[in-house]
Amino acid sequence: MENLQLDDRGGLRHLLAIEGLERAHLEKILDVAESFAVLPGRQVKKVPLLRGRIVTNLFFESSTRTRTTFELAAKLLSADVINFNVNVSATAKGETLLDTLRNLEAMHSDLFVVRHQHSGAAHFIAHHASPGVSVVNAGDGRHAHPTQALLDMFTIRRHKGDFTPLRVAIVGDIQHSRVARSQIMALNLLGVTEVRIIGPSTLLPAEARTLGVHLYHDLESGLEEVDVIIMLRLQRERMEGALLPSAHEYFQLYGLTEARLKRAKPDAIVMHPGPINRGVEIASEVADGPRSVILQQVSHGIAVRMAVMSLILGAHGDGDR
Amino acid sequence: MNDRTFLQHDAILELIEGMARLLRRQMEERGVERPAMIGIHTGGVWVARQLHALLQIEDPLGELDISFYRDDFTRIGMNPQVRPSKIPFEVEKRHIVLVDDVIQSGRTVRAALNEIFDFGRPASILLATLIERNGRELPIQPDVSGLRPPLAAEEHIRLEGPDPLLLRIGGHGRRRKGS
Repeated sequence: MENLQLDDRGGLRHLLAIEGLERAHLEKILDVAESFAVLPGRQVKKVPLLRGRIVTNLFFESSTRTRTTFELAAKLLSADVINFNVNVSATAKGETLLDTLRNLEAMHSDLFVVRHQHSGAAHFIAHHASPGVSVVNAGDGRHAHPTQALLDMFTIRRHKGDFTPLRVAIVGDIQHSRVARSQIMALNLLGVTEVRIIGPSTLLPAEARTLGVHLYHDLESGLEEVDVIIMLRLQRERMEGALLPSAHEYFQLYGLTEARLKRAKPDAIVMHPGPINRGVEIASEVADGPRSVILQQVSHGIAVRMAVMSLILGAHGDGDR
Repeated sequence: MNDRTFLQHDAILELIEGMARLLRRQMEERGVERPAMIGIHTGGVWVARQLHALLQIEDPLGELDISFYRDDFTRIGMNPQVRPSKIPFEVEKRHIVLVDDVIQSGRTVRAALNEIFDFGRPASILLATLIERNGRELPIQPDVSGLRPPLAAEEHIRLEGPDPLLLRIGGHGRRRKGS
């Protein structure tokens, strides 16, 4: 796919995937997010940066946390927000994606936050969007979920500082995970020592080696000497599709328990993009334990999405609008 | 570029000592007790550190990065060097001394005042700047300034630092933060 993400000065115009970005782009987003992360401690938690701009959340697939944090991030930047849930809306009446886009553009939206079940949907919308309009991918099919990866990088950096010495394990259904794909890209771009993916062979992608990762089918050996553990949500539909035996058996083999956590470094952190399945991919005592940073990830998601939106909407000058 | 050094470290410290004396007098006249201090990134923080010590202010120094409050965001975009603003004291009902290195248009101070009010409602704010130059675009004047150098409109003056502090004047340069 062509790289629509950068403007002619190398600034961020759309955020569609981690691919096509440079390390400096990621670092800039994380740096700017640091300044937004302190806002909740103040009497007024918002800043006037995007006053008068309109952000449209265009969700073709249900989501609670991602949509809510995008909405909150836009509101904390003083933008006005429209939430457009398409499964209960126009496409159900037969409107095409392009018609939906044109209608929303006619409402003067400056930025679309798009989630769609099909890979490439955000790219398609970015390709057809008017010159002054930007797109942020909030998850497309199995392809990418760049803001989730960025908030995970932000969380890792806040706990570990430097990325270079880190060994990171991503555990679970990598094959169907847009989150994992974006995380692997981001971790490699930021120069970690090693990325491991751990899971049953039915859930690990065949092309894994080209992604620059090490494969493990055994959770315990995969966790040895790891600094960061990222658990992925096991999607129930995978079990119906006969890729997996049962939730119980999955937990026996790949569930993160206190005992297994001991294999990782003593200061390892445990992450999860949510929503968690307790007793399927993660034990409650780990999810609620001292090493879990799962709820911090949610808070960091707001700051990182504020950084992305403000960098994108500030990147191109008056001439475009 | 024909940059020239305008003032060296020791001369700048003398200016700041003069500012401290003027501030003390102003605060006495206004009946300000237990003031707190906030410096504006980056040069304003350097000046504020000196003033903070000279005036023996109890609360730690606050630091403001006004990037999120600028009025030219749509024109020039996000400042990627933005740093978190830190105000390590309650702003509500406090007397505050706001410090910057140079005041020119007044736009930076406008942004800083807006940001301070998002931390709480202060009892009063005094504005102190090391350099008070021409070029005001808003009705904002410092209560105390270290020096008013006569500068041509196309000349720009900037503080380098923090150690040593150095004031430099250059021609036809573009202002960095609309100060």
